[in-house]
Amino acid sequence: MGDLIINVGPQHPSTHGVLHLVITLNGETVKKVEPHLGYIHRSIEKMCESLTYRQFIYVTSRMDYLSSHINNHACALVVEKGLQIEVPQRAQYIRVILDELTRLASHQLWWGAMAMDVGAITPFFHAFREREIINDIMEQTCGARLTMNFIVPGGCMYDLHPDFVKRVKDFIVFFKSKLSEYDEMVTNNPIFQARMQNVGSITKENAISYGCSGPVARAAGVVCDVRKLSPYDVYSQVEFTEAIEKEGDCFARYKVRMKEMNESMRIIEQLIDNIPEGEFQAKTKAVLKLPKGDFYSNVETARGDFGVYIISEGGTTPYRIKFRSPGFCNLSALDHMARGNKIGDLVAIMGSLDLVIPDIDR
Amino acid sequence: MLQEKLLSICPTATFEENTQWPTINIESTEWRRLAEHLKNDPELAFDYLFCITGVDWKTHLTMVYHLSSTIHRHTIVVKAKIADRNNAAIESVYNIWATAELNEREAYDLFGINFTNHPDLRRLFLTDDWVGYPLRKDYEDPINMIKL
Repeated sequence: MGDLIINVGPQHPSTHGVLHLVITLNGETVKKVEPHLGYIHRSIEKMCESLTYRQFIYVTSRMDYLSSHINNHACALVVEKGLQIEVPQRAQYIRVILDELTRLASHQLWWGAMAMDVGAITPFFHAFREREIINDIMEQTCGARLTMNFIVPGGCMYDLHPDFVKRVKDFIVFFKSKLSEYDEMVTNNPIFQARMQNVGSITKENAISYGCSGPVARAAGVVCDVRKLSPYDVYSQVEFTEAIEKEGDCFARYKVRMKEMNESMRIIEQLIDNIPEGEFQAKTKAVLKLPKGDFYSNVETARGDFGVYIISEGGTTPYRIKFRSPGFCNLSALDHMARGNKIGDLVAIMGSLDLVIPDIDR
Repeated sequence: MLQEKLLSICPTATFEENTQWPTINIESTEWRRLAEHLKNDPELAFDYLFCITGVDWKTHLTMVYHLSSTIHRHTIVVKAKIADRNNAAIESVYNIWATAELNEREAYDLFGINFTNHPDLRRLFLTDDWVGYPLRKDYEDPINMIKL
């Protein structure tokens, strides 16, 4: 009997994006997984060479569209680093609160899609119902539900809506009661645990060597949260714990993300009542020109370590810009994790890696 | 100190001034030897290669590697200059840092830099029959590209 080579994707029944895998099977055991990328390659890096420093931020919302505030935040940070702009305190608080709300929304969607991948259809609807509340809050303040271009170099584009603080506080109270329901439905379910435990393990050394970051690396024991290692905005003043697990399998990645949801709510609670008065945007020139040199800044998105590297020659547009996407390196570890497992396990591993393909293809 | 140690491994290297992290410029022929020292030396221990970038400077190409250590928590940037544009080649480091395998395919796809000793060097994002290397500055495409 020879090996069977089949295609998984690029169309999927769950919200993964256009991921095309060519897998080599021996019976039902996976021998090799090869990703074929490029279905949504839009050459963003080349496009940004002809966009100004105020324009290129809007393209990055469309890369990892589930953490669009956080991507915009990274671009604003690198421009502020190059021009040495001081961001007002009110803007810093608003940016961090919006970041954490985005992280919650992204993890909610991941939870629904992960449960649907392993066969439970109902949690998908629960996750989207709670996510709608965050989308409505974003629509009222920022004007859009998914690609909110609200964070600009120097601060935020507009001030908060007057109802923002009350709606966020009501949402936190509501969602805390839901998280214990999620645990009853999915986490403590013996079928779910049997499908996720000891599947797709990766050791700590391999996770670092493959460049994994975010929940994938933290589940293997790597201490790598950018919010702790190189804090930006007000992250140095809030208290939260980093979620680290040791086993490196799918269930450890699941537990890390559930803990991160709790920690995000903790951060929002510490900040929401103390937003200082003041400016929401620093005064900047109309046309921004970065000085000649290299600038790099990174943030922690819901998927991992997202970095922006700008090489500037002193003009109004960057000479070369590179986006270090977390999904790209997490995907390169998929082949290593999936070998020797069955096809059903491959689906569980793909779900637990939480890949967003536009982030990988750029 | 970090600078003396790197100069003792690579005497022809130069350092840049006033950068965010220590930045070292080397020729592309020195890269593999320096990479092995960066990973294996216990005082350096750079085990996390987090960004691989290709840059086209019109007269020559450069590969920029951002490395960090999870043990000592220091960061370094290595810029390897590739002098020949028409036969651009540099050694692959896929067996030192596993993340290089997919990232070097991306640099080959968009810049045309040949990574010697790479196990599987082929295009990643573009179709296999694409002609040309889009991120180079002299790339022409009259149908798809709009010049502003």
